[in-house]
Amino acid sequence: MFKKKECIAMLLAGGQGSRLYALTQKTAKPAVPFGGKYRIIDFPLSNCINSGIDTVGVLTQYQPLVLNEYIGNGLPWDLDRAFGGVKILPPYQGNKTADWYKGTANAIYQNLEFINRYDAEYVLILSGDHIYKMDYSKMLDYHIEKGADCTIAVLDVPIEEASRFGIMSANEDNSIFKFTEKPKEPDSTLASMGIYIFNKKKLEKYLIEDNADPNSSNDFGKNIIPTMLSAGEKMFAYQFEGYWKDVGTIQSLWEANMDLLGEHPAFTLYNEDWRIFARHFAAAPQYLGEDASVKNSIITEGCEIYGTVENSVIFTGAKVMEGATVKDSVVMSGSVIEAGARVEYSILDENVTVGKNASVGVSKENSKGITVIGADVVVPEGKVIGDGEMISDNI
Amino acid sequence: MSAVGLVFTNIHDQNIPDLTRKRTMASVPFGCRYRLIDFTLSNMVNSGITKVGVITHNNYQSLLDHLGTGKDWDLARRSGGIKLLPPFIASHAGMGANKLYTTRLEAMMGAMDFISRCNEDHIVLSDCDAISNIDLSDVIKSHKENGADITIVTTKVDTDTFEISAGSAVITSDENNRISDVVHYSRRIHGIKEISTNIIVANRDYLQNVVSDAIAHGYTSFYSDVLDRNLLRANYFVYHYSGFYAQINSLAGYYSCNMKLLEKGIGDALFSQPNRPILTKVRNSAPTRYTGDAKVKNSLIADGCLIEGTVENSIIFRGVKVGKGSVVKNSILMQDTVVGNNVNLGCVVTDKNVLIKDERTLSGHSTLPFYISKGTMI
Repeated sequence: MFKKKECIAMLLAGGQGSRLYALTQKTAKPAVPFGGKYRIIDFPLSNCINSGIDTVGVLTQYQPLVLNEYIGNGLPWDLDRAFGGVKILPPYQGNKTADWYKGTANAIYQNLEFINRYDAEYVLILSGDHIYKMDYSKMLDYHIEKGADCTIAVLDVPIEEASRFGIMSANEDNSIFKFTEKPKEPDSTLASMGIYIFNKKKLEKYLIEDNADPNSSNDFGKNIIPTMLSAGEKMFAYQFEGYWKDVGTIQSLWEANMDLLGEHPAFTLYNEDWRIFARHFAAAPQYLGEDASVKNSIITEGCEIYGTVENSVIFTGAKVMEGATVKDSVVMSGSVIEAGARVEYSILDENVTVGKNASVGVSKENSKGITVIGADVVVPEGKVIGDGEMISDNI
Repeated sequence: MSAVGLVFTNIHDQNIPDLTRKRTMASVPFGCRYRLIDFTLSNMVNSGITKVGVITHNNYQSLLDHLGTGKDWDLARRSGGIKLLPPFIASHAGMGANKLYTTRLEAMMGAMDFISRCNEDHIVLSDCDAISNIDLSDVIKSHKENGADITIVTTKVDTDTFEISAGSAVITSDENNRISDVVHYSRRIHGIKEISTNIIVANRDYLQNVVSDAIAHGYTSFYSDVLDRNLLRANYFVYHYSGFYAQINSLAGYYSCNMKLLEKGIGDALFSQPNRPILTKVRNSAPTRYTGDAKVKNSLIADGCLIEGTVENSIIFRGVKVGKGSVVKNSILMQDTVVGNNVNLGCVVTDKNVLIKDERTLSGHSTLPFYISKGTMI
């Protein structure tokens, strides 16, 4: 038995995130840790439940183990439901065909049956690559009010950055008349956030047509949106204001973590009305030792800090021992910085050990790039890891 | 191993009247993010117990709020899980109408329905005034090996330095761990004594019989009427527990117990036992943020805090804010306490949601901490 849902969300979480290098060797991008105790996917999932959307299909493909385990039955997000809730949708072997998800649109196409089970009027398409807080219910109201077939959330970006995004040109009433994916010479600054609301019937029609077209690359940005636009469907831009960050690169992931710091952080997680939920592991409170010095940083439960931490984000259960220094860095869960070691302008993945008196990265001012150490790597005692290196295996 | 748990949540409330004015002993906040019942429940869950009866008495709203369905302890189950046992008050005269239980024995009688419907062989009884991380499956193992009817977990304390609760039972046992004497001292005692932790493993059938029998005789005390009277006839054993153990029996004791967590090794003994995590209600607080002016030393801090001032030798609960220029020393600040700017606090215990405005100076002493009740604005 299924109950009808007005709107369900489909979360595209199959991406590899190859530009995160060492950080996505063993995990899909949406499962990359962020902000002390979260994973990227916590943001769209928390946005869903906070917006009253209680049915979410999560489309997985690349390295799904951590992601599947993390999402589980959806309990941390209140998405363990008798009707709806969060469901993992991996690619599957069908009666006649067996296919990987060939593109974002193809992934949804292959799961039309899931959408139809809930008899949804509207389908919200999300991706697991962005850090932001957004009330999707307002976007849905807007979509209904405009009588749109498709609504695309857009963000005003500086013109010099516009060529990195899908760029929309809209009329005064926000109806879209032009869409260009990564234009060389952008003529608008409205960038697509990769968040779409479709009328289900229209979505179904275009997905079926798209699937029948052998020349299509089965992608929302490249195929579905342009085709709908040229067919004259009613498409509207929904302007979002607020913090939104694509964390697809090492640099942007580092920046997004740093945006949580400061006297007035660019992005704050301290809002009781819009909580970001995450799966929790029973860790003790954080302990700051007698000689600890912590400045302009965020620190999470289970951490033990005996050394110096500055301008950094320290994740659950990480340890900074006596005389060790961590500066301008992101240190993920379970990592240990042994006594006297130094970590600067770096991202350490989960369960990294930096041996005694070892040194990772150089000061931000003198650095050419962020140093990255992949999960479970042990940096031996006294070892020096230079500027901008990416280490994913033991040395 | 088949065992069921039974937790007494109110039994020692009167020992810390300030903290239990609006809550049960079980829901007294402790150690940054826990409630006292978390230790009891975690010990049971970590030992493979999946059915726990929770006996309440009064003021148990905060406890219900904390426990919810029990899912944070993995106790939201189709079969078993948490069973709340609110006081059973007979509605007809002659059966003790409108009388709430006053002793452990009467409380057990009230829970007899629950106890008799279980099919587990053993029952583990526990109070909520004690803090420990104990492997109960080992207690049950020793209980079985001894062929015991009842096994009491005891721990050795120096009563000159360890303030034991009024009415604690001092247990003497022989070299085979068989209990030879159970004594309740009402006066202050001295020297090293083996005291009951009030964690008791019993054969369920046996317990059912002795409790019913005792009630039929009009007895009231579990220790002096049941245990003491049957000592020579029954198989009562002790299990010596030597891990971390603390009893909360006064405000000063509550204070020093929290402060103990700052001592080297204590935190590990309590929180970092392999496969025995202490579980608690998840609040989804963001990590704690320290600004550029923060100075923090030797302190335990929960998530969700904003620290802009100085914190030393303190226990800081979830969602606490310490403003610029403020100095918090040797204090316990419970959930959502807000400390303004340029405030000085020494040996203060704030209950939940206390607001201390700018420029205030408040101070107590470690033997008489300054307690500020829930929701107070200063």
